[in-house]
Amino acid sequence: MNIALVLVAVSLAAGSGLFAAAAGFRTRFGDWIFACLMTLGCACGLVAAFGSMLRVGTVVWSHPWSVPGGLFQIRLDALAGMFLGQIFLIGAAGAIYALGYWPAHKHPRTAGRLRIFYGLMVAGMALLVIAENSILFIFSWEIMAIAAFFAVSTDDHLPAVRESGFVYLVATRVGTLLIIAMFAVLRAVTGSFSLAIHGLSGASSIGLALFILGLLGFGMKAGLMPLHVWLPGAHANAPSHVSALMSGVLIKMGIYGLIRLGSLFDTVPLWWGLVLFGLGIASAVLGVAFAIGQHDLKRLLAYHSVENIGIIVMGLGLSLIGRSTGHPTLVALGLAGALLHTWNHGLFKALLFLSAGSVIHAVGTREIDALGGLFRKLPWTSIAFLTGAVAICGLPPLNGFISELFIYIGMLRAGLYELGPVGVIASLGAPILALVGALAVACFVKVFGVVFLGGPRSHHGSTAHESPWPMLAPMALLAACCVTIGALPFLVVSILDHASVVWGTAPHQLSVRALAPLGPIGWLNLTLIVAVVLVAIVLARVSSRRRVAKGPTWDCGYSSPSPSMQYTASSFADGIVDMFGSVLRLRKNSPTLTQPFPSPSRFESHVPEVVLDLFITPIFRWIGRLASWARIIQPGSSHLYVTYILATLVVMLFIWH
Amino acid sequence: MAVIIDPLLIVVLLLNFFVLGASRMKSIISGSAAQGVVLGAIALLAHDEFGFQALLIALVTITLKGIGIPWMLGRALRDVGIRREVEPYIGLIPSLLVGALGTGLAILFAHALPLAKQSVGSLLVPTSLSTVLTGFILLTSRRKAISQVVGYLILENGVFIMGLTLVSAMPFLVEMGVLLDLLVGIFVMGIIVNHIQREYASLDTTRLSQLKG
Repeated sequence: MNIALVLVAVSLAAGSGLFAAAAGFRTRFGDWIFACLMTLGCACGLVAAFGSMLRVGTVVWSHPWSVPGGLFQIRLDALAGMFLGQIFLIGAAGAIYALGYWPAHKHPRTAGRLRIFYGLMVAGMALLVIAENSILFIFSWEIMAIAAFFAVSTDDHLPAVRESGFVYLVATRVGTLLIIAMFAVLRAVTGSFSLAIHGLSGASSIGLALFILGLLGFGMKAGLMPLHVWLPGAHANAPSHVSALMSGVLIKMGIYGLIRLGSLFDTVPLWWGLVLFGLGIASAVLGVAFAIGQHDLKRLLAYHSVENIGIIVMGLGLSLIGRSTGHPTLVALGLAGALLHTWNHGLFKALLFLSAGSVIHAVGTREIDALGGLFRKLPWTSIAFLTGAVAICGLPPLNGFISELFIYIGMLRAGLYELGPVGVIASLGAPILALVGALAVACFVKVFGVVFLGGPRSHHGSTAHESPWPMLAPMALLAACCVTIGALPFLVVSILDHASVVWGTAPHQLSVRALAPLGPIGWLNLTLIVAVVLVAIVLARVSSRRRVAKGPTWDCGYSSPSPSMQYTASSFADGIVDMFGSVLRLRKNSPTLTQPFPSPSRFESHVPEVVLDLFITPIFRWIGRLASWARIIQPGSSHLYVTYILATLVVMLFIWH
Repeated sequence: MAVIIDPLLIVVLLLNFFVLGASRMKSIISGSAAQGVVLGAIALLAHDEFGFQALLIALVTITLKGIGIPWMLGRALRDVGIRREVEPYIGLIPSLLVGALGTGLAILFAHALPLAKQSVGSLLVPTSLSTVLTGFILLTSRRKAISQVVGYLILENGVFIMGLTLVSAMPFLVEMGVLLDLLVGIFVMGIIVNHIQREYASLDTTRLSQLKG
């Protein structure tokens, strides 16, 4: 039953764009067909996802498939269900959002094909998480990755979009290559393409190869710190609902791969967990540090994805540490934290990207320093953004707090066990995670303060207007999910336990219910939410009755202050950016003042893509220079090229002979 | 079955020589079209049971190779207004000789290949090798972009014949994939032909070397 529903959902998602194209590439009707089919498909998928999440057990269904080595074998269990849930929820939210954000009459050239690739992304991801055969897995992985490339480069008339699309394409090809290599090793070990494998030993050289290949391949997709180079550009330049789907769900496919990779092994060496934990810390700290330095609203959010992937991987590393040291508590807390944070990040990051899209829709720019005072013009968008911001910072009473709490408790408990230096390292993660949370708060205070409060800094936004309901409704839905998980955390506990059963081979499966005080926290969160809402209502009542007088602020003795003299994003973040100066490589272009009445001058600051600009690009340039030697055999005549092929063919036949 | 297939394969071989020896572009195109139709018939007969899949593959083959692509090529030919292949790198008679030599070697060579039992006596493998070679001769010796496209077409025909030796082992999807490949390849070539024409006001592929940076 659930299998059939998922397959219906996948087919509807894959076909929705094509049906819509049949109804007309450029018509409003096509938009509606797409949104309706996607919503219908995603609703089917959500039913199936929750059906498989709410119980323990695995359903497998297979069908012959005439691809060499392939078997159309799919598996539904609670872990796959958790990922299906967010794919379909955010997939539907984005499809409805597109009605207002990317309608065919405003984007006649791109709307039709964006619909097709958006649907294919959702279908590819859904098929990927239920694939039980490695050929089917790679097949779906590629559908997802290539469709995402086309979706990212929707606005392909802009050079920046083409460039980030290209970087993404190179990164995803490299990642796929590594994943194919990983599956090839797996095939060599097990002798079949099936993924229903347990009990491999991680200490062998085979285990090492699988771990390294999987970590690099899946880490590339997830956007772990040194491999994140494609992520900021792709997220920033895609249409916002595509950014939401990519940041909320697509990068989680890398996490899904890592989790499944862990389930293949019976025993894991301790250093695997430590490596993941360390990479997670690096991603989390550097991700948030880079985010603070950004001026582009969506690029900033993209760097927060790197940060949150880091937090998820910290949880995953912690649970691997627990597995190799024999502490089921750490396994349960780390995995539950990682899985729940995967969900939560999907919800609040999609919410933030959709709100950011709403801002862009209204004002037409992503430049934070050009905005300001949007709270009055976009009240609902602002509230949605604020909800997402509170959630992403891991503050109570919203959902980010709950998942980070699991990881906090796990790390602190690791310090209590007699683990020696490992325990020290793990418990040091707690203050680092706290630092990350504090930096995230600083970053979102900056964004919210600059974009939504104060006065408009430029002519952008003078004609701003609130977005239409198809854009606000998905945002409200996601915000409601964030609040629900925050206020009623015990709802998700059994889901997390079921998903952990799939993964953990530990004999003593522990429930997170017993490990974290979710009941009291739920009550506190609920109280806090009610209190905040009440206070907000009372304040709104009071301030609406009071007459507001407008007057100049204190202007430091300068006679005519203008809105551009407000705190900018750069000036607000300057102190923190300087702290991370050695990593961020901030470029400042500031004038030196020499005379008492200086002439007009400019100040500019820019945070470069450090890893991309300082490492990846030089390496590729070097390879390119090396490869230019190969041009000796390229005289430019197609006849000669064919002769090369012929010569190769003859030589091969000859050798065979 | 070999009783019917072998004569058809000989027709394929003869068509190879016809294409190699023809100088008018129109004859080259119709030669390849005729070969496509014959291939469709062979594909129909090579399947063990006379099923829906065999019929579908034969139909698609004939439609694509026998009618569709030659029609497109003919239209391109009319648009660019050329009739003959002038000054090929290798003359028509020498290329015929090379083709004949290659076919002879292919027949000798086919015996030495480690093949499955049912295709040992058959002409399938030598025809395939000879057709691939014909394609290569066209590709390396002719200048006009359209004869190059025909060269690719004939090369693919050779690959297709080789595929028929595996007809019982090869999944339907792979066969259809090969056909799709061909169609896409020809489309791309067609587009390139158009661009060469527009850029250089000529279909001489040697001009392409100007593109090299």
